Amino acid sequence: MRHLLAIQGLPPSAVTALLDLAESYVLLNRTGKTPRDRLRGRTLINLFFEDSTRTRTSFELAGKRLGADVITMTVATSSVNKGETLLDTAATLNAMNCDLLVVRHAVSGAPALLAQKVDAAVVNAGDGTHEHPTQALLDALTLRRRRGTLDNLVVAICGDVLHSRVARSNIHLLTALGARVRVVGPPTLIPPAVERLGVAVFHDMAAGLDGADVVMMLRLQQERMARGLVPSAREYFRFYGLDAAKLARARPGALVMHPGPMNRGVEIASEIADHPTQSVIREQVEMGVAVRMAVLDMLARAGGDA
Amino acid sequence: MTDTLFLNVRLLDPASGLDIAGELLVRDGGIADLGPGLGRPDGAATVDGAGAVLCPGLVDMRAGLGEPGGAYRETVAAAAVAAAAGGITTVAALPDSRPAIDEPALVRLLRARGEETGSLTVLPYGAATRGCRGEELAELGLLREAGAVAFTDGARALGPARLMRTALAYAAAFGARIVQHPEEPTLAEGGVATEGELSTRLGLPGIPAAAEAILVARDIRLAALTGGAVHFAHVSTAEALALIRRAKDEGLAVTCDTAPPYFDLNETAIGDWRSYARLSPPLRAESDRAAVAAALADGTIDAVASDHAPRDADDKRLPFAQAAPGGAGLATLLAVTLAQVQGGSLPLGRAIELLTAAPARLLGANAGRLAKGAPADLCLFDPDRIWQVSAGALPGKAQNTPFDGRALEGRVIGTWKAGRRVFGG
Repeated sequence: MRHLLAIQGLPPSAVTALLDLAESYVLLNRTGKTPRDRLRGRTLINLFFEDSTRTRTSFELAGKRLGADVITMTVATSSVNKGETLLDTAATLNAMNCDLLVVRHAVSGAPALLAQKVDAAVVNAGDGTHEHPTQALLDALTLRRRRGTLDNLVVAICGDVLHSRVARSNIHLLTALGARVRVVGPPTLIPPAVERLGVAVFHDMAAGLDGADVVMMLRLQQERMARGLVPSAREYFRFYGLDAAKLARARPGALVMHPGPMNRGVEIASEIADHPTQSVIREQVEMGVAVRMAVLDMLARAGGDA
Repeated sequence: MTDTLFLNVRLLDPASGLDIAGELLVRDGGIADLGPGLGRPDGAATVDGAGAVLCPGLVDMRAGLGEPGGAYRETVAAAAVAAAAGGITTVAALPDSRPAIDEPALVRLLRARGEETGSLTVLPYGAATRGCRGEELAELGLLREAGAVAFTDGARALGPARLMRTALAYAAAFGARIVQHPEEPTLAEGGVATEGELSTRLGLPGIPAAAEAILVARDIRLAALTGGAVHFAHVSTAEALALIRRAKDEGLAVTCDTAPPYFDLNETAIGDWRSYARLSPPLRAESDRAAVAAALADGTIDAVASDHAPRDADDKRLPFAQAAPGGAGLATLLAVTLAQVQGGSLPLGRAIELLTAAPARLLGANAGRLAKGAPADLCLFDPDRIWQVSAGALPGKAQNTPFDGRALEGRVIGTWKAGRRVFGG
């Protein structure tokens, strides 16, 4: 594996290997004994064209816990605003001899384009409405630790699936590992022909959650309401927000996930988000660091030792 | 000027139905005679075609030529080089340049730029609206008087129904067509690929294929309402073609063209984010591609145009959704169309008609036919010669071909403009 640009096309064996490695980092993180020599002398650049405190911090922490020199560049401080193209930026980064490049970009395919032009291993940290591979990996790790296997697990992905890179990566990963995936949302927020990706589509949330083992909520951006895809936040919450009554349709003890940041009262009720046994939202954040360590480690190994 | 005699050629003239082995004699820039068994006049130069096809110089009814305002992408002189290599001797130039061709003087300028090349007749379209902004009508009458062949806003659809109605009605008084980019603009807004499984997988904002049929259906009704003539450019969907077929059956003044990408490629060409395959309209599903190919043969499609849209590296070396839409098409127009002939779905005569007599008729141009007294605009091609398209090695300036790497059968050997050789030899 030279880059991690997408889950689509990644063989299940590679996914499993990443999850196994991440598993070991969960334990090391908890004991504080991470191998700080793993990436010693390596340079990791976090290149964020779109701000994301959570993902950026998670990658920074992952790099530091493995001993890499970590630099974060965000769009506000980069020359991209001054008319420099993405490929000029790539040439600049190449000249700096960066080993690992983590890219977040608002346009689908931007990390793939960068990967063609830089020597560094590229990790897609979210591109447009395409993919967010490390989020799907951390979700899978969370589920695997809780349920042992993803095989035959019924997972309902709910909300703004159309604009969600998290949903796309999760659909590819979960179906590849044998889960039965449903997508739930209003017709205006379901991607065209999504059933061709191997999922079942539901517009009625109660039916979509019926018997589900896992309910994966997605963030609804205010912009969607501005564009008229959803009439209002209160209407959205009434029909597609996760509350106790809707969650009751799922299997008893069904797990609730959210990639964050949450809009409480829009897509999820606070009592569910903070549920002591069913919500695994904070655990997802912990798994995020471990998964990103595994990804950086794996890519660094593939690139040869420094 | 000395006479030139073309020997050993297959004379192919769809306008007259001529398809016969013979000779053709050029005198003073015009066709003096043609047919089997012509004698060789004293002192005549000869061109031995060795059995190749001699047809009228191609008439490309839709191309962006870069000027004015886009000379970093293309110039008329560079486009003329590419056109000559593609066998094209007449081209209708789109008006959505900067500035737009909304002034009579600009129509004359563009015609003159063509004349300067000595190899390419440029027939300018006039802007349908001022600045091609889609707000108020341009001075269609004055533009027509200056030589505009028809009116269009180029790559932009005439969106509001009221505006389209006015344009169709008014242009009819001057005997001119309105050429429409058939894509309902509010449905297409922000989209970069045809909506479907592929756009979902790639996470690209989609345009429903129905956006084309919706505007086509509306404009057919507006043509009926106004008595105006509408021409749909680069038609790319089965649904729109069905509507056009029915309108023609009803006897309405409705015509259309398509471009080679829409019968040679489908949407899978954009896989791996290939920005050279980002076109407008976007590439379609395979079923639509097949419908376009079928409509070439059955007469629903009136002409094949290059839809040449020159782009430079800065326009295309970007993430797919940010790259400018458009493909270079002049040099590949004939050969990609011939691929349909080799595929067995299109007779050679019909293919050449779509590239010569039919567009000439739509443009009202004195071009596209082999006849005594017609200008000696000629294209000599070997239908069996194999070559490979290579972005970076195309003639002319624009290199943004969606056919990069495509192996093609059929290559232009020589092009003549008013009897003078402008390519090959």
